[in-house]
Amino acid sequence: MKGIYLSKNGRVVVDAKDIYYRDLNRLLQKIFVERHPKVIELRNVTGQRYIGTRIRGEVEIDIFGTPGSDLGAFMDGPTIKVFGNAQDGCGNTMNSGRIIVYGHAGDILGMSMRGGKIFVKTDIGYRGAIHMKEYKEKIPVIVVGGTSQDFLGEYMAGGVVILLGLNNKSHRATFIGTGMHGGRIFIRGRVEDYQLGKEVGLEEPNEEDRKVLEENITEFCTYFGYEPSEILKGPFIKLYPKYLRPYGRLYAY
Amino acid sequence: MKSFLLPEFLVERDENRCIQCKVCITQCGFETHYFDEELGRVMHKEERCVGCQRCAVFCPTNALIIRPHPWNLRPHANWTKERYYDLTKQAETGGVILVGSGTDKPHRIYWDHIVLNASQVTNPSIDPLREPMELRTYLGSKPDALEIKDGELETELPPQVKLETPILFSALSFGAISYQAQESLARAAKEVGILFNTGEGGLPQSLKEYGKYAIVQCASGRFGVDLDYLENSAMIEIKIGQGAKPGIGGHLPGEKVSEIVSRTRMIPKGTDAISPAPQHDIYSIEDLSTLIYALKEATNYKKPVAVKIAAVHNSAAIATGIVRAGADVVVLDGLRGGTGAAPKIIRDNVGIPIELAIAAVDTRLREEGIRNRASVIAAGGIRCSADVIKAIALGADAVYIGTAALVAMGCTLCQKCYTGICNWGICTQDPKLAKRLNPDITTERLVNLVKAWSNEIKEMLGGMGINSVESLRGNRLQLRGIGLADWELKVLGIKGAGE
Ligand code: SF4
Ligand code: SF4
Repeated sequence: MKGIYLSKNGRVVVDAKDIYYRDLNRLLQKIFVERHPKVIELRNVTGQRYIGTRIRGEVEIDIFGTPGSDLGAFMDGPTIKVFGNAQDGCGNTMNSGRIIVYGHAGDILGMSMRGGKIFVKTDIGYRGAIHMKEYKEKIPVIVVGGTSQDFLGEYMAGGVVILLGLNNKSHRATFIGTGMHGGRIFIRGRVEDYQLGKEVGLEEPNEEDRKVLEENITEFCTYFGYEPSEILKGPFIKLYPKYLRPYGRLYAY
Repeated sequence: MKSFLLPEFLVERDENRCIQCKVCITQCGFETHYFDEELGRVMHKEERCVGCQRCAVFCPTNALIIRPHPWNLRPHANWTKERYYDLTKQAETGGVILVGSGTDKPHRIYWDHIVLNASQVTNPSIDPLREPMELRTYLGSKPDALEIKDGELETELPPQVKLETPILFSALSFGAISYQAQESLARAAKEVGILFNTGEGGLPQSLKEYGKYAIVQCASGRFGVDLDYLENSAMIEIKIGQGAKPGIGGHLPGEKVSEIVSRTRMIPKGTDAISPAPQHDIYSIEDLSTLIYALKEATNYKKPVAVKIAAVHNSAAIATGIVRAGADVVVLDGLRGGTGAAPKIIRDNVGIPIELAIAAVDTRLREEGIRNRASVIAAGGIRCSADVIKAIALGADAVYIGTAALVAMGCTLCQKCYTGICNWGICTQDPKLAKRLNPDITTERLVNLVKAWSNEIKEMLGGMGINSVESLRGNRLQLRGIGLADWELKVLGIKGAGE
């Protein structure tokens, strides 16, 4: 296996330069199964897709460079750290694990996500958290340090989205929570009524919500070096679905 | 508001035959029949009846006749009873009219305008009772060429799935249909060596052992989609569209999201399971390709990935895009395809007949030299074995049957699937109704159907002097049209009868 070397502490380093995505993912899988590393470090990643998709179990994958679309799609277990930016489809239908992006992420972040957590240091693109779900104690979480583009949380059926608006960033997204019928979106800062989908209600976070915010914002800060107490000062608003069945009244039976 | 609508059906009880056994009362989930204590006899409220015939079939003395209400409005060719009824209903409710099942409109059924050939003198017909007939079909991408070295196959074959007969059960999701119905489809598929399709409702834990016979769907709602689900399958199907409702998504009403449905779909009990109209990670062929390969990556390139679209005006061009995007199978679902729930206006007006779509897609893929790269499954309106054989001769590799399978299970096409009350136990999550389906018996009914059709297909093939379904695929010379216009013959790529 060219370009790999084992250094101490169970860390395997791979130079991903010029490796086709399919071969890279195959290699990752092989390393994971054969060497049981704690960390796999990928250097010079240039757009390879689906990193982390097939690896099931606990391992940290550190990515230097720019991973391609569908990073961690269907992922079940690993922790991915991206020291760079993520493209579209990051965390698509992800099941468990963590994705931490030390930069920004593209469109449809966490689409149909079912579990696990995604932390993005700065901003995300359009249609983030679209159709995210939850079932019993399996609740996916997305925390975004900056802000998002339009259609955040569209058709959301469960899960938690936290938008922090750090560095005084204002939220310009519109159609937030259109068709939302489950889950919660917390926004630090202001949004106007016209920015919200018709199906969402707006209220102050309650006691329970505060705990969710504290837990996840604290984790966010451990990655990106912010002070949790500062961020937790808020002010936070909570968006929630007004109806479990947003379109039930549309039809004649 | 007082409704101006008359009941749709009349319930006629022959009082001389009725023995007041009350079977009809228990059989009707719509609560049409009731026992009047004062009169001391069974009565009915016909405005509740949907005409499913359950009570009539189970009445031990055949005392019941259920028939459409005559509704003697002045006859009008333009303002038909249906137009009047739907409009009035909307004036009274302001709602989009929902409906289940495939369209009941008289769109042209091309199958009935196509006839098959048979061998006479110059090429002997084959007797399938005496000689082997091959119906086995492999779905999946076929390589452009095979390389053989020292008698060994060098080319790495893309994944293939084997069918013992070119028929599959089409997508019927658990949630839309009952557990018993899904179990029956799964068991029947296993028994006859074909596949069933989970639709977008996932596969309940307790049916996991049938994964080998399952086509698992990845649709816009992504319900129940995780690595276990994808891996425990014969094939994966990306659902872009459905013939009964091209271009729109689906809302499984909260009432149908029971405990086990919620566990399988991984959404809370009682919420609507909403499948958005598009898949929001697919806005282009390039995006489609991204998802196809995401699924292939997720399953280590071991499963064929199918893409299902509704048959629409540009199906041929879209299909080439799908094949070039890396799909191993293209599924076309025609205008007459069924559904558990769709807006009636869409079901009856959007899309094109499957016959034209098969021919157009097959022709286009051949012209572009990529027909081998993907198999084609035709769906939507297959009613009998002759439809199957005509679909294959037009260019399909296999067909999906949905409504036909439902009818085999007992469906009487009452079109009320979306209510969650199916008196035949098929499209319901009500445990009382669902347990009317006994999976042992229903499995047998489905197996019988597939076997009977397969035997008929062999007979017809033999008659044409063909001993393998492979040799019929796209063999349009075996077909002739009757009563079709020139443009129709051209699209179908067949000659007129006698030509
Ligand atoms: S809905 Fe079906 S079971 Fe009920 S009265 Fe009508 S035909 Fe009979
Ligand atoms: S599945 Fe049931 S509800 Fe639907 S059309 Fe058939 S009998 Fe009626």
